[in-house]
Amino acid sequence: MTADVTLATHEVRWGVGGVLMVDGVTLAAEPGRILGLIGPNGSGKSSLLRLMARLRKVSSGVVTLGDANIDALPRRAFARRVALVEQQATTEAALTVQDVVRLGRTPHRGPLSAWTGADAAAVDTALEQVGLADRRERLWHSLSGGERQRAHIARALAQCPSELLLDEPTNHLDIRHQLEILALIRRLPVTSVVALHDLNLAALFCDRLAVLHQGKLARVGTPDEVLTEELIETVFGVQASVERSPRHGRLQVHYLMG
Amino acid sequence: MAKPVAVALLALAALGFAIALAASIGEMTIPLEIIVKTVGNRLFGTTFPLNRIQEGVVWDYRLSRALVAACCGGALAVSGVILQALLRNPLAEPYVLGISAGASTGAVLVMIAGIGGGALSLSGGAFLGAVAAIALVGLLAMGSGGGSDRVLLAGVAGSQLFNAMTSYIVTTSANAEQARGVLFWLLGNLGGVRWPDVGLAAPVALGGFVVAMLHARALDAFAFGADAAASLGVPVRRVRLVLFALTAAMTAAMVGIVGSIGFVGLVIPHAARFLVGQGHARLLPAALMIGAVFLVLADILSRILVAQQVLPVGVVTALFGAPAFAVILYRARRPL
Repeated sequence: MTADVTLATHEVRWGVGGVLMVDGVTLAAEPGRILGLIGPNGSGKSSLLRLMARLRKVSSGVVTLGDANIDALPRRAFARRVALVEQQATTEAALTVQDVVRLGRTPHRGPLSAWTGADAAAVDTALEQVGLADRRERLWHSLSGGERQRAHIARALAQCPSELLLDEPTNHLDIRHQLEILALIRRLPVTSVVALHDLNLAALFCDRLAVLHQGKLARVGTPDEVLTEELIETVFGVQASVERSPRHGRLQVHYLMG
Repeated sequence: MAKPVAVALLALAALGFAIALAASIGEMTIPLEIIVKTVGNRLFGTTFPLNRIQEGVVWDYRLSRALVAACCGGALAVSGVILQALLRNPLAEPYVLGISAGASTGAVLVMIAGIGGGALSLSGGAFLGAVAAIALVGLLAMGSGGGSDRVLLAGVAGSQLFNAMTSYIVTTSANAEQARGVLFWLLGNLGGVRWPDVGLAAPVALGGFVVAMLHARALDAFAFGADAAASLGVPVRRVRLVLFALTAAMTAAMVGIVGSIGFVGLVIPHAARFLVGQGHARLLPAALMIGAVFLVLADILSRILVAQQVLPVGVVTALFGAPAFAVILYRARRPL
């Protein structure tokens, strides 16, 4: 995976229906690292990810991949570099895990080109990476929430991206599956940008955190720099005490009852 | 590579046989042998001695009618596959979504109210009506919050509106003779079909199929929604525009020739999926062929179901389609 290419936003603004959802955010992912996006509901995490994934057009500012403005890149070329795992995307079609992962090869194939050995190899590797190789024939609707999320990640990996964007990939999963998914993301040899709700999981798994508050970037840095009691109170409106865990050396947030 | 070719040949043979049957069965039963000889004489320069009346019935009436039925069934089934994929709704099809109703209104405006002053053909009017219906249903669905269930509700509203407009135009502007003709045509009627209609139906059905096939990968990518497709590099806006216009054109051409035939676009894609799975590169050709054979057989049924009488083919497809709609609805129920 290319180490020097990275996704960055520069003074990006975007709104819907006259409400500014993302308000002048400048942020860069570090190559090969995990950048966590945290912030309360409606703070603009998902919107920012959608702008970075080119699903929405910025009202002002630019999003760049390496040196290029992403709007100037051909659609398929962009999809070969940047993959997105949406929140809870599902289907009613009777697709197998393998069918879903194969979709990831779409940007690598012309409308008439046949399925190649390289396509098959990318799908096999992706299935191995998420640990679903033995369940490739299973039907989508028979999968658990955690398996579905892993299938989505495998589909994204089959795109062979250098950058992976994930919108709350642990949402609605039980704690074991949440840890499993985040550990999986940590193992992947890509640059990741992950929107997360759980501050403790963010502290545990992310290399850097960006805190969004009312569409603005409130703070960015290592979890140690970002997760302070004062920031949690102003951004999330809750009282907390932050301590370093003696077990894993990462910060841990304890919420205090009113 | 041998297997797809064999399957394609088999499907073509089945279609050929169904068309031959359709040319044979009718008020006057004509042996299959005569059908083959007629086709030979007309197309391949053979000189079998044939009864002029039988030859005329087979060539001028029944074969053209069967071919149009095949094109129409194929085009409607392909339209159904496209709409079900783009809207991610297993019940989407031109008839349910009001596209056929819009095309009927457009056609009736040209035919009876004389809109366009002769510059606009019946099919042209039907196309504009179909586009108007798609636009209206689309806006209504988006305005009500989007989602695949809203599209069906919007389709119900659109169908009602366009059907009311058609009825209004027919009752206020048509004479009794016209009104009877229009109402019979609206139910889906292959009765007046002749060779020039094949000249429109065949290119539209085959051309539409080819365009749809070029978008097979894009349709696959819509499985998880438009954003998922976009993140796979699919130009969502362009694909939607092209494919909605394509369904409008296919539906309009068929409605212009034979009236609105319901449920083919709904049932056939599900039958095709059952046989070949979800991938659109196989689903589209399967739907085309099954739809073609289905409507040819439905047309035969419409002629023999009631003695001495020809039912509108739309009635026959609805007799099969409405129960199938119920089954699909039942199977699509959400797991808890």
